[in-house]
Amino acid sequence: MKPIDYVRARTLDEAVLLLRQGGERARVLAGGTDLIVQVRENRRDVDLFVDIKNIPETNRLEYDPEHGLTLGAAVPCYRIYGNPAVAKAYPGLIDAVAMIGSVQIQGRATVGGNLCNASPAADSIPPMIVYRGVCHIYGPQGSRVVPVEEFCTGPGQTVLGPGELLVWIHFPPPERHAQAHYLRFTPRNEMDIAVAGSAAYVRLNGERIASARVALSAVAPTPLFVPEVGEYLAGKEITDEVIRQAGELAKAAARPITDMRGTAEQRKHLSAVLTRRALRGAIQRAQEA
Amino acid sequence: MAEEKKQFRVIGTRPIRHDGTDKVTGYARYGADIHLSGMLYGKVLRSPHAHAVIKRIDTSKAEALPGVMAVITGRDLPEVADRLEELGEQVTNIRDESHNVLATGKVLYHGHAVAAVAAVSPHVAEEALKLIEVEYEVLEPVLDVLEAMKPDAPLLNPNLRTRGIGEEDGKPSNIAQHFQNKHGDVEKGFAEADYVVEREFRTTMVHQGYIEPQNATAYVRPDGSVTIWCSTQGAFAVRSQVAQLCKIPVSKIKVVPMEIGGGFGGKTVVYLEPLAVLLSKKTGRPVKMWMNRAEVLQATGPTSGSVIRVKMGCKKDGTLTAAQATLIYEAGAFPGSPVGAGAGVIFAPYRLPNVQIDGYDVLVNKPKTGAYRAPGGTNAAFAAESVVDELARLCGMDPLEFRLKNGVKEGDRRADGPRLPRVGYLETVRAAMESDHYKTPLEPSPDPTKRRGRGVASGFWFNGGGPSSVLVKVNEDGTVDLIEGSTDIGGTRASCAMIVAEVLGLPAEDVHPHVVDTDSIGYTSVTGGSSVTHKTGWASYLAAQEVREEVIRRAALLWSVEPAEVEYHDDGTLTCKSDPSKKTTFKEIAAQMNRTGGPIEGKGTINAGGAGPGFGTHIVDVEVDIETGKVDILRYTAVQDVGRAIHPAYVEGQIEGGVAQGAGWALTEEYYYDEKGHLLNSSLLDYRMPTALDLPLIETILVEVPNPNHPLGVRGVGETPIVPPAGAIANAIYDAVGIRLTRLPMKPSYVLEELIKAGLTS
Ligand SMILES: Cc1cc2nc3c(=O)[nH]c(=O)nc-3n(C[C@H](O)[C@H](O)[C@H](O)COP(=O)(O)OP(=O)(O)OC[C@H]3O[C@@H](n4cnc5c(N)ncnc54)[C@H](O)[C@@H]3O)c2cc1C
Repeated sequence: MKPIDYVRARTLDEAVLLLRQGGERARVLAGGTDLIVQVRENRRDVDLFVDIKNIPETNRLEYDPEHGLTLGAAVPCYRIYGNPAVAKAYPGLIDAVAMIGSVQIQGRATVGGNLCNASPAADSIPPMIVYRGVCHIYGPQGSRVVPVEEFCTGPGQTVLGPGELLVWIHFPPPERHAQAHYLRFTPRNEMDIAVAGSAAYVRLNGERIASARVALSAVAPTPLFVPEVGEYLAGKEITDEVIRQAGELAKAAARPITDMRGTAEQRKHLSAVLTRRALRGAIQRAQEA
Repeated sequence: MAEEKKQFRVIGTRPIRHDGTDKVTGYARYGADIHLSGMLYGKVLRSPHAHAVIKRIDTSKAEALPGVMAVITGRDLPEVADRLEELGEQVTNIRDESHNVLATGKVLYHGHAVAAVAAVSPHVAEEALKLIEVEYEVLEPVLDVLEAMKPDAPLLNPNLRTRGIGEEDGKPSNIAQHFQNKHGDVEKGFAEADYVVEREFRTTMVHQGYIEPQNATAYVRPDGSVTIWCSTQGAFAVRSQVAQLCKIPVSKIKVVPMEIGGGFGGKTVVYLEPLAVLLSKKTGRPVKMWMNRAEVLQATGPTSGSVIRVKMGCKKDGTLTAAQATLIYEAGAFPGSPVGAGAGVIFAPYRLPNVQIDGYDVLVNKPKTGAYRAPGGTNAAFAAESVVDELARLCGMDPLEFRLKNGVKEGDRRADGPRLPRVGYLETVRAAMESDHYKTPLEPSPDPTKRRGRGVASGFWFNGGGPSSVLVKVNEDGTVDLIEGSTDIGGTRASCAMIVAEVLGLPAEDVHPHVVDTDSIGYTSVTGGSSVTHKTGWASYLAAQEVREEVIRRAALLWSVEPAEVEYHDDGTLTCKSDPSKKTTFKEIAAQMNRTGGPIEGKGTINAGGAGPGFGTHIVDVEVDIETGKVDILRYTAVQDVGRAIHPAYVEGQIEGGVAQGAGWALTEEYYYDEKGHLLNSSLLDYRMPTALDLPLIETILVEVPNPNHPLGVRGVGETPIVPPAGAIANAIYDAVGIRLTRLPMKPSYVLEELIKAGLTS
């Protein structure tokens, strides 16, 4: 490992300036639970860490029932699940942030880092998609917004251009009779990485599903939003067959590979199983909401 | 010769371990804690290929990097003799080991060491590795034992010929050895059987998974004498290997064994020690080296993957008539898999009139396998115990009843020859049948997607002995120091100290155990083969007896009586038979020892034979998620004949640890290679060992059938418990879903595949 420069940025403009000057080999440092590991294992060449944990905007964690949630890119997981109002309003997001790594990792790891690292298996991305998260990006050309489902473009690839960083993610306020659930499949019960995962969001209208959103992890080059499931479910009565059919649509959308973590067939199969289970979990929460 | 004394004062109690405070406060010093002035840091360049010829190595750019002090390659190692070295449960060939620590000519596996660098910082050393140019001619690798056995397979070593039983053709081969253990007539035995079951099993390479990576610091002083600080199961074994690999007389090497963060058999062979010595010799400065986790997984000594065929037959009433097995084990890059031990384990619990076992040791382009807790036993028992379960079902018999009917006892002959001494196998089966676990019916899962099942399996381990040395010296305050050469990985400081305390009538806390370097104690063989409480416990017993005799003489001197007049009581008091008014204590004698004849010391040296074989029987309940293929362990009970539990808590700890590792091997652990022989999962994220959340509380039942050949009845306990888990879990899965799994690990993707084939899920 070569020596690496480290700067603690105090403002968004300072961070952008440092990133522009540093070019390809400058990286934003949030919790570092992906980045530092990658650098130490020679998987990424970095000359400059731009630490964003001291910029006020990236530390925002603000929720109110009218405006929704503003989740700063540098807020670590434990602050999210430790906030009772947020935990109550977005339990599907809590499923993910309370699952990432371990207590130690959750003390550092951020949802912004999870998103910008753009792993297809990232746990927080599917719930952010189904909760209609929108990424607020700041860069040399100023601010822009991108829906979470469009943020990742490939494994480790995002829409961020040179000098750009993610500032916060915004979520609309929870709807009535609506809720989400995320779950993943791992061979071990903790300290593992998703073989596949599924997040489901449903809004109910009595015995029927008014609308739904489903997103999958680890079954495509990016976390995968599956609009077909929502389109199919809209207006349907909740029956075993409807849920089964929704699972089949998720399975059909999955485009997984075989690797040491699981086989393509297994991941396709799990896409259906997990989507069924996530839908059931979301329906139960929505009924209680 | 086992002491028949039923009442012990210290043995069988649970004092706090002597090394406990140091370990929980962080004071205990591990290899990583070594810091010497002028110390350099060494790193190893490793092969990216599984099989290749090294055409050229150019180290000049690396040597030119500021801060680099030395670079070595295979050429820097002396030519060494083709000689076998005993390492407890493993024999290593010193020439192979030399080629393993630094490749010469060819690299034989992904991660094989090709060069090493010493530099002023670990970062400079790492950067220097990138500057070493190696030109490889990549060869086709062979990764599967059955492929490797074919006559036209790529050869790892074109000079290797099969050591066999007369059928070999003398042509070069990847089959290093073929042997056969046989008695009776299996054809006849199968003809007599009403039921015959034959199956083929496959298992993958797995690692010990010790938490502390290999490390070594060496300093070669100007006079040529060498000190090595390292994490090892055997300081004397390190000394001997380094002496031969580096051609240095044994007496010039001092090995200081640091505290050890796990070994499980994997820390007997040297990897870094000779490199640190050569780099220190070249630079004149101390050199410290340590592996990262990827290096540990790629390039130390995991245990063999295997192909095992088992055929067993029995009569309708359950009587076994014959058993036959073929065990084909991956040796890795050099000969020496534990297939011999696997052949000894496979049918060990059963009385068999007719048996035939063929074993093959086969080279493949994977790391040279090393010892791992009951080497070769778990995969062998997985195969046989699955077939036994099937036979019991065919007979309509309870699987423990079946084992009771066919189980071995004293005098029965093992398939590999010897007759068994007094063993407690049947006692473990009976205790399992009587256990709360077995007597409690398994409730079906309320969740329709989950199926539950119960399985049992038995297991055996030989256990070992060997040379060991102990010194016990008395302090003026009435405590004693216990000086030993056995590195402590399983609580053996405590067990040996308790034996000394028992003999001298002292509280366990008054015995201070110290594991010392090779200059400070006599030869002691490795901490392996579940041997330490047996051999070093025995040496401790002898040393303590010597002290006891001397204390008696001192009392006799003080009282002016014959030593025969002095009685030494279990609580450490002494009285005079002829004069009841005369009383003293060990403490008082100790306080006066320098006025009554000088310091008191006792020594015990032994080459301990007579190890008592260990048997265990396990019960497990599992729950299979039929939609995902995930197997969860709900309840686990391990019954074991432990001879005599010196410190029951550490005996239980050994059993729990063995079960935990066995469960990992059964369900999630595997070496995952691509078709070119690259190890893809060399991290603890993807090499999936179970965590605390993957295992239930493991219940243990200790059965004590004392080993008649040990003064205190001790049997080794550390290895037997890893043998049954894979078989027990496979049998429980069968009970849950009716599918006979024949591959390890029984990971979710494999289980799911079988569930889909069986139509249990879609
Ligand atoms: C032991 C362990 C277990 C783990 N378990 C899980 C798990 O269960 N599930 C899971 O999904 N992940 C897991 N991870 C991965 C990791 O912890 C998560 O991805 C985490 O959310 C990353 O956040 P971070 O703040 O640490 O990111 P960092 O490592 O700081 O950054 C990650 C990447 O994003 C970039 N980046 C970060 N913030 C920004 C920003 N605001 N703008 C632009 N770029 C940015 C960085 O430059 C870097 O490339 C685990 C990691 C470890 C070490």
